[in-house]
Amino acid sequence: MTTTLLASGRSRTRRPDSRRRRSSSGERLFELGVLLACALVVFATLYPIYFVLIASISDSGAVATGQVIMFPKRLSVFGYEQILGDARIWTGYRNTIVYTAVGTVLNLAVTLPAAFALSRKEFRPRRPLMLFFAFTMFFSGGLIPTYLLYKDLGLLDNWLVFILPSAVNVYNLIIARSFFENSLPEELYEAATLDGADYFRFFATVALPLSKAIISVIGLYYLVQHWNDFFTGLIFVRDYAKQPLQIVLRDILLSNQAFSGGAGGGGGSGGAYAQRYADQIKYGVIVVSTLPVIVVYPFLQKYFEKGVLIGAVKG
Amino acid sequence: MSTTVVKPSGASAVRSGHGPARHLKRYWQLWVMVLPATAFVLVFAYVPMYGIQLAFREFDFAAGLTGGKFVGLKYFQQFFESPMFATLMRNTVLISISTLVLGFIAPIILALLINQLMRSRIKRWVQTITYLPHFISVVVIVGMLQVFLSPSDGLLTRLLAFVGISGTNFLGDTGSFVPVYVLSDIWQHAGWNSIIYLAALAGVNTQLYEAARIDGANRWQLIRHVDIPALVPTMIILLILNMGNVLNTGFEKVFLMQNTLNLPISEVIATYTYKIGILSSQFSYSTAIGLFNTLINFTFLVLANRIAKRVSDTSLW
Repeated sequence: MTTTLLASGRSRTRRPDSRRRRSSSGERLFELGVLLACALVVFATLYPIYFVLIASISDSGAVATGQVIMFPKRLSVFGYEQILGDARIWTGYRNTIVYTAVGTVLNLAVTLPAAFALSRKEFRPRRPLMLFFAFTMFFSGGLIPTYLLYKDLGLLDNWLVFILPSAVNVYNLIIARSFFENSLPEELYEAATLDGADYFRFFATVALPLSKAIISVIGLYYLVQHWNDFFTGLIFVRDYAKQPLQIVLRDILLSNQAFSGGAGGGGGSGGAYAQRYADQIKYGVIVVSTLPVIVVYPFLQKYFEKGVLIGAVKG
Repeated sequence: MSTTVVKPSGASAVRSGHGPARHLKRYWQLWVMVLPATAFVLVFAYVPMYGIQLAFREFDFAAGLTGGKFVGLKYFQQFFESPMFATLMRNTVLISISTLVLGFIAPIILALLINQLMRSRIKRWVQTITYLPHFISVVVIVGMLQVFLSPSDGLLTRLLAFVGISGTNFLGDTGSFVPVYVLSDIWQHAGWNSIIYLAALAGVNTQLYEAARIDGANRWQLIRHVDIPALVPTMIILLILNMGNVLNTGFEKVFLMQNTLNLPISEVIATYTYKIGILSSQFSYSTAIGLFNTLINFTFLVLANRIAKRVSDTSLW
């Protein structure tokens, strides 16, 4: 008995089959229940997103009266015309792209070398240094001291405020450190030093090329963090020309500053006209700002997952 | 330089114990690599910590962050005695604890559910779809809540009216603010947070299932006696980490969901700190409130860690 158990235990992929083999009617009912529950979860997750999409290209009257449920009704791209003609959206987009690109490059340039240094076991100060970093995950100075510091440094209303303070994310640093620790064999380092490599050289020519997985993972984490950053713009920046997309979105979606001035294209009925189409514009804005994420998501998804798992094995 | 060539790390640790000059000579490159990150954290995380003394001083524009007159616990006392104190504490604790508890349970249930799916193709699809909302920004999430819960023609409002819950302006009502906040949080993050549990479940030794099968266990019993115990260490670590944020209720989402109608339930310590500090420039008072918040957070974290260590041997440190 034990030998057969061991044999089947060895191949993990066979688990589903070996379970199914003994399926009784109770089991089948259970499986049906599982499938139904999962279908419900998937539907509840996807439908709101799908609805926003079809509502954004349907006539706003049809949406308001509940005729839009499965498919768009009376196609209308009015919302998109308004959005694409609005300069704020474009400024926000451009700013966010710049902050995200520059920010992520700096993030990687600061985080990766530090993570490498902290992964070297012979580097004695690494323990106190790790404590120094990790402590900031649990304790912080709070909003006002931070605000006053930025003020002293001249970061208020300065685009660098989107880049510099977030240069290191300690969580990402720890993920990268564990990766270097666990996946660079010590023999590699010994071989490289025999060939005369120092730490710089080893990092640049051996460690980095072997670490594409972790570079893409934490790169993506940083990228999303910058893309969705709303807090920084809200608190530290007044100048509207420097605001990122999320702040522009807030104004259009939540503060109802929806195109009160710019919506005059359609016949001059003024405020009531804008109000009537406010919701359609909102649906459109959600699509325009989230579409990049949804489109690239299927390609990046596995990297994110990998990141969570690498982060989870940290000791 | 040649002295650094090939050494088992143990031996080098012994030899490097010859004073700072020797250490620097051998490891200066590692110092160079770790220095930028250290400098950023020092400036942007530790200098504000140093600035906490503002909570005990009278803020003085001329003197800056730490120069004002020392006033002791004046501002803490002001906060404890303020009529806002009870409301803020109740709201913050209510929102945090409900998010903590429900937001902690949901991913576990989801992971157990997905793990029961037999066909790995379907499994992957369900996983991939449930992570998706995690990447939508808070602003868009709240925007979606607003259009879906619009009292006149929102999709969810109509749906809820269909099942008999109507007449509520869900975003402008003190009774529905917390449920809306917590449920939307689960919608957004449960899938993402379940990844780590799914990984733990994938690592369960198959022999355990086989053995339980032979003992006559059915599917429910497999979940109860094999799957759930396997998740416990992961659950504890995540619970501890979340405990540290109990009062750190997501400023952004609460702030964005706030309106004059739901303010009695939606004003939390974080949003109040912002209004008092940034909007009305009461720097010292606001710093004191923020510090109070941080201290309670920290206490929760330490306590949770200690309890976890005692009952289960799993702990953060």
